[in-house]
Amino acid sequence: MHARVSDIAIPDYLNEDWSLKSWLTTHDHKRIAWLYMVSITVFFFVGGAAATLIRLELATPQGDLVSADTYNRLFTAHGVIMVWMFLIPSIPSVLGNFLMPMMIGARDLAFPRLNLASWYIYVLGGLFTLGALAAGGIDTGWTFYTPFSTMFSNSNVILAITGVFILGFSSILTGLNFIVTVHKMRAPGMTWFRLPLFVWANYATSIILVLATPVLAMTLALLAAERLLHIGIFDPALGGDPLLFQHLFWFYSHPAVYIMVLPAMGVASEIIPCFARKRVFGYRFMAYAILGIASIGFLVWGHHMFVSGQSVYASMVFSLLSFLVAIPSAIKVFNWTATLYKGRITFSAPMLYALGFVGLFTIGGLTGLILASLALDVHLTDTYFVIAHFHYIMVGGSVMAYLGGIHFWWPKMTGRMYPEMWGRIAALMIFFGFNLTFFPQYLLGYEGMPRRYHAYPPEFQVLNILSSAGASILAIGYLLPLGYLLWSLFYGKRAEANPWHATGLEWQTSSPPPKHNFERTPTVLRDAYQYDPQTGTEAPQ
Amino acid sequence: MNAAFHLFPQSASTAATHYDTLFLALILLTGFVAFAITLLIVYFSIRYRRNSRADRSEAPVRDRRIEIAWTVIPLLLFLGTFAWAAYDYAQLYREPPNAMPVFVVAKQWMWKLEHANGRREIDELHVPLGQPVRLVMTSQDVIHSFFVPAFRIKQDVVPGRYTTIWLTPTKTGEFHLFCAEYCGTDHAGMRGRIVVMQPSEFAAWLQTGNTQSGMTARGFELYRRYGCSGCHEAQSSVHAPDLHGLLGRTVHLSDGRTLVADEAYIRDSVLLPKKDVVAGYEPIMPSFAGQIGEEDLLAIIEYIRSTGDEHARTSQ
Amino acid sequence: MSEAMHAAQFDSAAQQEEAATLGIWVFLATELMFFGPLFFGYYYGRSHFPDGFAAASRHTEVMLGTINTAVLLTSSMLMAIAGEARKANATRLATRMLLLVAALGIAFLVIKGIEYRHEWQERLFPGAGFFFPEHQHAAAARMFYFLYFGMTGLHALHLTIGIVMVLVFALGLSRGARRFANAERIEVAALYWHFVDAVWIFLYPILYLVGRSSG
Repeated sequence: MHARVSDIAIPDYLNEDWSLKSWLTTHDHKRIAWLYMVSITVFFFVGGAAATLIRLELATPQGDLVSADTYNRLFTAHGVIMVWMFLIPSIPSVLGNFLMPMMIGARDLAFPRLNLASWYIYVLGGLFTLGALAAGGIDTGWTFYTPFSTMFSNSNVILAITGVFILGFSSILTGLNFIVTVHKMRAPGMTWFRLPLFVWANYATSIILVLATPVLAMTLALLAAERLLHIGIFDPALGGDPLLFQHLFWFYSHPAVYIMVLPAMGVASEIIPCFARKRVFGYRFMAYAILGIASIGFLVWGHHMFVSGQSVYASMVFSLLSFLVAIPSAIKVFNWTATLYKGRITFSAPMLYALGFVGLFTIGGLTGLILASLALDVHLTDTYFVIAHFHYIMVGGSVMAYLGGIHFWWPKMTGRMYPEMWGRIAALMIFFGFNLTFFPQYLLGYEGMPRRYHAYPPEFQVLNILSSAGASILAIGYLLPLGYLLWSLFYGKRAEANPWHATGLEWQTSSPPPKHNFERTPTVLRDAYQYDPQTGTEAPQ
Repeated sequence: MNAAFHLFPQSASTAATHYDTLFLALILLTGFVAFAITLLIVYFSIRYRRNSRADRSEAPVRDRRIEIAWTVIPLLLFLGTFAWAAYDYAQLYREPPNAMPVFVVAKQWMWKLEHANGRREIDELHVPLGQPVRLVMTSQDVIHSFFVPAFRIKQDVVPGRYTTIWLTPTKTGEFHLFCAEYCGTDHAGMRGRIVVMQPSEFAAWLQTGNTQSGMTARGFELYRRYGCSGCHEAQSSVHAPDLHGLLGRTVHLSDGRTLVADEAYIRDSVLLPKKDVVAGYEPIMPSFAGQIGEEDLLAIIEYIRSTGDEHARTSQ
Repeated sequence: MSEAMHAAQFDSAAQQEEAATLGIWVFLATELMFFGPLFFGYYYGRSHFPDGFAAASRHTEVMLGTINTAVLLTSSMLMAIAGEARKANATRLATRMLLLVAALGIAFLVIKGIEYRHEWQERLFPGAGFFFPEHQHAAAARMFYFLYFGMTGLHALHLTIGIVMVLVFALGLSRGARRFANAERIEVAALYWHFVDAVWIFLYPILYLVGRSSG
C-alpha cells in the first residue's frame, strides 16, 4: 500500500539515481528546482524565527525581551533573508526552474550547467549572509541607508553585503537562462500568444532580474568602498550625498518587488482557469499587463523617497507613475475575477491559495494607491502602514501563490498527492492568521506607530497584541505543509499524469516526468487554457 | 499625554484636516473596490460551484468594451486622486510668509530645538496655537525623520543639508514626536512631545527658561568670534563679499552661475568655501568645517538674516 | 566537416548557436547596467563640477591612455579575424590570432599598471592620502579620481577575465580541442571582447580628453 517510489520500474528523473553526488552534480532543471526548494525552505524558517522574536518583543510596549541592538539585528536579518534568500528566488528558481522547459515543450533550459552554477552561487551568497548573522548580525535594516551603514554602524556590514552581492549573480544568471530559453526553445506551434501566463510572468521577471540586479551590485560595491576607503560618495561629512544612495538602492529595489510578485501572478493564472474549468479572461490583456508592470515598474522608485528631501517636482513625477503602474495590476485582478464567471468551480487547496492570493493582493495593492498619494504618504511612510502594505503583497500575495503552486504541481514533481483535507486546513489557517497579523498593522500605521521600533507608547499595545496573536496562527499554518508534504513523499497516494485534468504541456508527461521531460518534442496545436465550463473537460495544448 | 487606546489619531493641525478628508475619500474608494471584488469572488464561487445548475452557456473569455472600461475608469480615478494628493503635498512645502522659525538639530538619539529668541529645548517643542511654524532642520550624524502623527507631518532630517516643513497647530495639548527614520540603537527612544499652548501662554513661556541671548545676538557674537567680521566688514583690507542683507539676494558666481542666497548657501559657504565662489572674488576664504557646530551656524545665519531688515531700512 | 553535434537540450546545432548568441547579448546588457551607475555618477559629477573635472583630467597620462586605446582597438580587429578564421576552419591562424589578442590585452594591463603607479605616486588615489595641487578643485578631483579608478578598475577586471578566456581557447585550439574551442564559442568570446573594447572607447575620452582640447 505504501509503495516507495523506488519500487516502480519506470525510470523518472527522481528514481534514476538517488546518490547525493548525482543530485549535487545534476544538470537537470527539475533536480535543480529541488535543490533550490530545500535551500529556500531552510532560509524561510530562519527568517521566520527572526519574525517570531520580533512579534514576541512587540507584544509588550517596553523593550523587555531583547535589547535594542538585538532587535535591530533581528529586523535586519528578517528583511535580508526574506527578500534575497527567500522571496526573490522562490517561485522563479523552484517552480520556474521545474516547469518552464516543460511548459514550452523543451527538454531543459538553454544552459543547464549555468543553472547549476546559479544554485551554487546562491548557496555561497547565502552562506556569507548567514556568516554575517553568526558573527553577530548587522543593524542597518535591509535598506542599508547611508551614512549610518557606511560611517556609523559597528556591525558586520561588509560581510553581509558581500553575501547579497553574490546572491545577485545567481539572480542574473537564472534570468538570463530563462530569457534565452523562452526565446529559442519553444516547441513547434508554441507561439508567443499560446504561452501559459506563468511563462510570460517568469519571462518578464527575468528581464527585470538581468537589468536591475547589476545596479544593486554596483550600489553595494560603492557602499563597501565608502565604508572601507572613506571615499565621500554618500557621506556628507566627506562631501557625499546620502540621497544618491537612496536613488541607487531603490532603482533596483523597487523593480525587485515586481520580481517577487509577477511570478506569483503567473501561478494564479495557471491555478484559477484549471479549477474554474474556464479559460482565463482576457488572455492578451493579461500578457500585456505583465509586460506593462515590468516596464513601468522601473520608473517609480522615487515613491520610497517622498519625504527624503528630494525635490517636490521629482516626487510628483514618481507619484503619477506609481498610479499608472497600478493600472495593469488592477486589470489582472478584474480578469481573474471574471474568469470565475460562468465557470465550474471546485475548491482544492491550490484554488484556495489562489483565491486568497487575489483577495490579499487586491487589498495590498489598494493600500499601495493610498501610499502613492503624496500628501497621505507624508503621514504614512516609515510607519506600520507601509509594513502592512508590503506584507499583504509579499506574504498574502507571493507566499500564498508559492504555496498554491507547490500544492498544484506537487503531483507532477513527486508523483504523489498531498492529503487534500490538510491542504485546505493549512490554506484557511494561513489566510486567517495572515489577516489577523497584518490588518491591525494598517491601523497602527495610521495611528502613527513608526517602523523599526522595539518599544512603543502603551496606546499601541492592543493592536500589537492582535498582530502577535495572528502571527502565532500563521506560524502553525506554515508548519503544517512542511509536515504533510514531507509525509506525502513516502505515504501519499500515487498521482496519475494529469490528476487535475489541466491543459498545460507539463501535464502531458508522466508524474514524475522522465529525465528529458518528453519522449518526443510535442507539437502545440491550441491556445492555452482550453477548458470548457459547460462540460468541465479540457483540451490539452 | 492621552495614553488611552483610540482608533484614530487626533487631528491637531491645518494640514491634518486636509489630510483626513483625502484619507477618508480614499478609504471609501478603496474599501468599495475591495468589497466589490470580494463580493464578486464569493458570489461567483458559490453560484458557479461545480455542482450548481447555473447557466454556463456562452461563457465569455474576452470582452473588449468591458476591458477598456475597467482600464479607463480606474485610470481617471487614479489621475484625480493623484492631483488632489499632489496639491495637498505641494501646500506642505509652500510656507506662509509669517511663519515663526524654529531650528532643529537632530542627533543620535535626541532632538535639539531652538527658537529665534534663543530659547532652547531638548526633545520638546512648544508652539502657539494657530500660528504657522517653520522648522529648519539638519542632522549632526545620520538621517533622522521628524514625525508628528497628530499634525500628519513628517520630514527626513538629513546631515549636510537643511530640510524644512511648516505646520499650524489647531488644538492645544501634547502630542507625540517620533523619529521615523531608523538611526541606530536607540531609534525607538528618540521620541519627544509637541506642546501647543494658547498664544499668550506661549509668549510668556518663551521669555522664561534659560536666559540666553536671542539667536540673533548670539549669532553676532559668533560672527565676530570666528573672525567673519575681520574680512566681511566694510573696513576690512581683505576683499570679501558684503553679507548684509544677503539672504534672498541674487548672487553671481565666478563660474557663471547665479543663485538666490538661502540658508543652505550660507552653510555651504562657511563649510565648503571653494564650492560657490562669488564672481569677482578670489577663493581665499578658509573652511570652517569641523570648527563650527550646527547650532552656532544656525545662529550666525539668523544674525545675517537680521542684517537684511537693517539693510532694507538703511537703503531707503 | 562542420560539427553538427549539439547539447542534449537542443534540437539542432543551429538552435544551440542561436541560443548562445542571444545568451551573450543578454549578458552584455547586464554588464551595461553594471557600468551604468558609474557612468551616471560621472555625468552627475561632470555637470556639477565642469572645471574641476577638466582640471583633474589634465593629470591623467594621456599619452599612455592613447597608446592603450590603439592597443585595444587592434586587439579587437585581431579578435574578429580569429573568429572568422575559426569559422573557416583555419585553426592555426585562429590560434595565432587569439594568442596575439591575449598578448595585446596583457600589454594593456601593463600600461594601465604603469599609469596607476604614477597616479599613486602623485597621491591621486582617492584614499586618505589624496592630494590635488589646485585647491579649489580638490573636492571635484577627488570625485573624478574615484570614478577614474572605479571605472578603469572595473574595466581591467573584465579585460582580465577576457584574457583568461581567450588564452584558454587559444591553448585548447593549439592542442587540437576543436570541439571545445568551436566557432560558436569563439564568436561568444569575440562579442565579449568587443564589448570590453567598446566600454573603453567611452572611457577614454571622458577620462583623458576633458579640458585638453585647447592646449
